[in-house]
Amino acid sequence: MAKVIVYPPTSMILSDLVERMGHQALVVPGEVRTKVTSLGIDSPPLNMTPEEPKKGLRYAAVDVPSGVRGRMSLIGPLIEEAQAGLIVKDAGCLTGCSGCDRTNELVRLLIKTKGIPVLEISYPQDEAEAKAFVRQIKTFLEGLN
Amino acid sequence: MRVTKYVITSPESDILPSDIAMKIYGSKNDVNVKETCFGVIINGEEDVIKRLVDEIRSLDPSGIFIKERGFPPGDPRRCRGRRGGGARPGYYMIESESKMLPLISKALASQAIGEAGALEEEISPAKKRPLDAQKLEEIIKDEFS
Repeated sequence: MAKVIVYPPTSMILSDLVERMGHQALVVPGEVRTKVTSLGIDSPPLNMTPEEPKKGLRYAAVDVPSGVRGRMSLIGPLIEEAQAGLIVKDAGCLTGCSGCDRTNELVRLLIKTKGIPVLEISYPQDEAEAKAFVRQIKTFLEGLN
Repeated sequence: MRVTKYVITSPESDILPSDIAMKIYGSKNDVNVKETCFGVIINGEEDVIKRLVDEIRSLDPSGIFIKERGFPPGDPRRCRGRRGGGARPGYYMIESESKMLPLISKALASQAIGEAGALEEEISPAKKRPLDAQKLEEIIKDEFS
């Protein structure tokens, strides 16, 4: 079983396909869970504290907006843990932790330059593309065993 | 550790969120269930949820999708009843990907059928028929004419 990071890191389709194939999907909600279920973090902005941008310094410089660093404090450790990556190139809807394009560029760059097997594909638009989409992901994930 | 998962049904699936909720109630596990328009949210101990997810998936293997969720169901920090209405932030991603679920479901179903067909062929390979005498005569004539 490999740990596979998916991009967008909140994707239902990608994380479901990874879990179906018997691997572990590294997704942001898992990180958020540890934050929101820990005692002491219960005031807005809910799951972020001033500590998070400081942790994000490991991935982005101090002059980078704190939003990027805050997001990287969640996504960065997942990238470090990842043994493979699954990236969707033209993800149509990105909100919440995936809503910052600069963070997304950095996340894609870090996944690609980590030296792990990466599959980069597009979301399907029709039935034939959907079949190819599922087949490609299946072949990629089977190769990780 | 208690975990929370979304169980999301494809819009074309015959399984309703209420069917999934009934299945969970019937399993008599100590699990919190919240029925929504797109599926259910379940919350419970990790090993119980893992087992339950496999059972739920078996209702419609290609039409039910699972996603991680950070916040527990009805959490006042996320529940729109407490936030004065509007969609929950993570809903937009689910809504965006839900449009693709029928395509992905069909692709998964056709792949399952393809796999089953290939397995059947493997088990009972097509019997070789003896060459027709007339055909053999034609081949000999062609070869030695």
